[in-house]
Amino acid sequence: MADVLSANERQQLPPPASETGALGWLRKNLFSSWGNGITTVVLLVAIFWLLTSFLDWAVVNAVWTAPTGQSCRGHGACWALIHEKYRFIFFGTFPYNEQWRPLLAVIVMLTMLVTSADRRMWNARLVWIWAVGSFLTFLLMLGQIHIPLALILFVALAVGGVGMLLRGSVAAPAELNGWRTLAAIGAIGILLRLAGVLPPWSLAIAPFTYVETGLWGGLPVTLILATYGLLFGFPYGVLLALGRRSNLPLIRGLCVGFIELIRGVPLISLLIMASVMLPLFLPSGMSIDKFLRALVAIILFSGAYIAEIIRGGLQSLPKGQFEAADAMGLNYFQKTMLVILPQALRVVIPPLINTFIGFFKDTSLVLIIGIFDFLNAANQALVDPNWAGFPSEVYLFAAFVYFCFCFSMSRYSKYLEIELNKGTRR
Amino acid sequence: MVVETLGSTTRPKVAPWNDPVIRGWAFQIVIVGLVGLLAWFLVSNTMENLARQKIASGYDYLSREAGFEIGDSMIPYSPANTYARAILVGMLNTLKVAVLGIILSTILGTLIGIGRLSPNWLLAKICEWYVEAFRNVPLLLWLFLFYKLISEAFPGPRQAINVLGTLFLSNRGLYFPVPVDDPIHPWMGLGLLIGIAAAFAVKRWARRRQDATGEPFPTIWAGTALVIGVPFVVWLLGGAPHQMSWPELKGFNFQGGTVIQPEFTALLFGLVVYTSAFVAEIVRSGILALHKGQSEAAMALGLSRGQAMRLVLLPQALRVIVPPMTSQYLNITKNSSLAIAIGYPDLVAAVNVTINQTGQAIENVLIIMAAYLTVSLSISAFMNWYNKRIALRER
Repeated sequence: MADVLSANERQQLPPPASETGALGWLRKNLFSSWGNGITTVVLLVAIFWLLTSFLDWAVVNAVWTAPTGQSCRGHGACWALIHEKYRFIFFGTFPYNEQWRPLLAVIVMLTMLVTSADRRMWNARLVWIWAVGSFLTFLLMLGQIHIPLALILFVALAVGGVGMLLRGSVAAPAELNGWRTLAAIGAIGILLRLAGVLPPWSLAIAPFTYVETGLWGGLPVTLILATYGLLFGFPYGVLLALGRRSNLPLIRGLCVGFIELIRGVPLISLLIMASVMLPLFLPSGMSIDKFLRALVAIILFSGAYIAEIIRGGLQSLPKGQFEAADAMGLNYFQKTMLVILPQALRVVIPPLINTFIGFFKDTSLVLIIGIFDFLNAANQALVDPNWAGFPSEVYLFAAFVYFCFCFSMSRYSKYLEIELNKGTRR
Repeated sequence: MVVETLGSTTRPKVAPWNDPVIRGWAFQIVIVGLVGLLAWFLVSNTMENLARQKIASGYDYLSREAGFEIGDSMIPYSPANTYARAILVGMLNTLKVAVLGIILSTILGTLIGIGRLSPNWLLAKICEWYVEAFRNVPLLLWLFLFYKLISEAFPGPRQAINVLGTLFLSNRGLYFPVPVDDPIHPWMGLGLLIGIAAAFAVKRWARRRQDATGEPFPTIWAGTALVIGVPFVVWLLGGAPHQMSWPELKGFNFQGGTVIQPEFTALLFGLVVYTSAFVAEIVRSGILALHKGQSEAAMALGLSRGQAMRLVLLPQALRVIVPPMTSQYLNITKNSSLAIAIGYPDLVAAVNVTINQTGQAIENVLIIMAAYLTVSLSISAFMNWYNKRIALRER
């Protein structure tokens, strides 16, 4: 057969062995020059030394189960501490026998977050998922929810009003009438309630024992503060961003002043302010829950940061979009809701996820004002005198949990950035 | 609301309620009125509450005796000093941490950012994992971990680790000898400033000479010699005072010398490793934003990798890097307030004690906000100036 091949074909040799396969890869990436080779060797030795000493501590000599911290002394890592305390670290001081509730709440919240990550779910269904999921979360955490009639009426008015505004220019008359009826029921109901015609009745949903927010702790607190801080901060940030880009000088001044004030001071000072000043702001006799105070501070904080991100999205739109909307005769509201925001928000989704990662980490600061978030619960687990002296184990465990959350979110944000830019990338 | 598009042409006459200008002002007045109403509501409630709880208002308390200790102070301070001085001590500590943090995390972050682009796969991977590990975990957790490691892993003062008989490392911090105060020291400081100014002058001169004649000048060596040399000459002229204050173990702790406290070390270390992860990403993306032709052209000119980085790539990358870097510097300054969690006496910690002792929350929170706003605005003003200076000059 050999002489069938032409001379040309016979000379096609494979590339030298040192350029392909594992050997080639090593040469190219680790030993491309003398300097590189030395760096590689030094790093390998360092990694080997670090890894063996770490594994010695964390695996080989580790104690996995022990009655108290005493039996861990003189050994490696005391993972028995985590084994003993993991429920406290995850759920804090929530009543021990009821801890299936925060567990379920965390599962519900994670389900909501994961569902929202799927682009196929980005439609009106998501609103329902979040409404039901949020209700379930708070019902599980609180155990009992009392909804006063006035609040139901107010929600009806607000939902109807927002529906009228948002769908006013695009909805069919039947749908629009639905929103109008809802708003009217809310408005008339509130008037009747104020006039005293309707009784001070409230809807009580009380399947479980009541657990006050002071007893909440651990992962659900971190998740609730970060998620709802961002969720409520979002509409607020949109308004601030629109205000900052407005032509009206007073509005612009107010928004710029607020955004810069909040962004210029640390979150801790806002939390301290919320914990010591908010009670002074309210009329005497009215008190506000510590957890809610922290949430208010986080919402104020997140609003200012979200506003700046959304401003970036607004600025990235070409001027023609604004002019075209004006030329179509749309009013400011229609222009913003139908033309500007849908485009601007799409651009800012990846940076918004990065902000969420930031908030997820920053909620740990609430421990300064004495709220038991995940980090604070881990901190408190160290106080037990039976288990004193093993801070590294607990902090590394907490760091690992935080890392899993933040790392997966940052990977998702990267994926989304590529996915959303597919249309513009050639 | 589209007012300016109408320009100078005479506007068509419309009913006042349809005139965009009038509508705009009416809308603004309503919104400002609502905000004002809310502010009035909050302020009047606050006044009422303060009067009812008999809390004094005003800043008179600042001149009263503070009565609390501060562990670390750059200026002389004792509990007999006033609240104002205590808050000033806290402010100086915040600035110290912020300035050191900014410098160190810039250096470390730049090294790691460049390391991520190294042709050595192993080094690049290690730098990548450094970034991922440190930025995906809350700073506060790192602070706690480092603080606990320092205070629990190191021995007590009696068993302090002794390095060459001069440094003492224990869970009370790192003690080391310092020169005894001498009248020549302020003059040496002045000499240092003169040396720095002279170094800059030499740099300008060398630059101009190189532009004119092409002859390079060893600016770095000359500058270093000036910065170190001038204070040294002043020291020699002052009679070379060399008496040192040595740390000695007395009772339960060291006396003499000076100390870097564990709280400070943990705070600075935590801030630097956390922020440098973000700085590394900024530096990396700044360098990646450059066209590949830039580094290829530098190689083609025969510059070494270091020279190409220093003379060609970094100056251009800086334009991309500076704006996000500014916000990282602001973050370091703001994050230094986490000091309160591990007990380092920074501004927020000092003010927090003041709040607890005087009960005057509003005045004190205003002090915190004013102080941080001043620092933040100064940093952004400086960085904006720098950004303008390095911006591409288009002709």
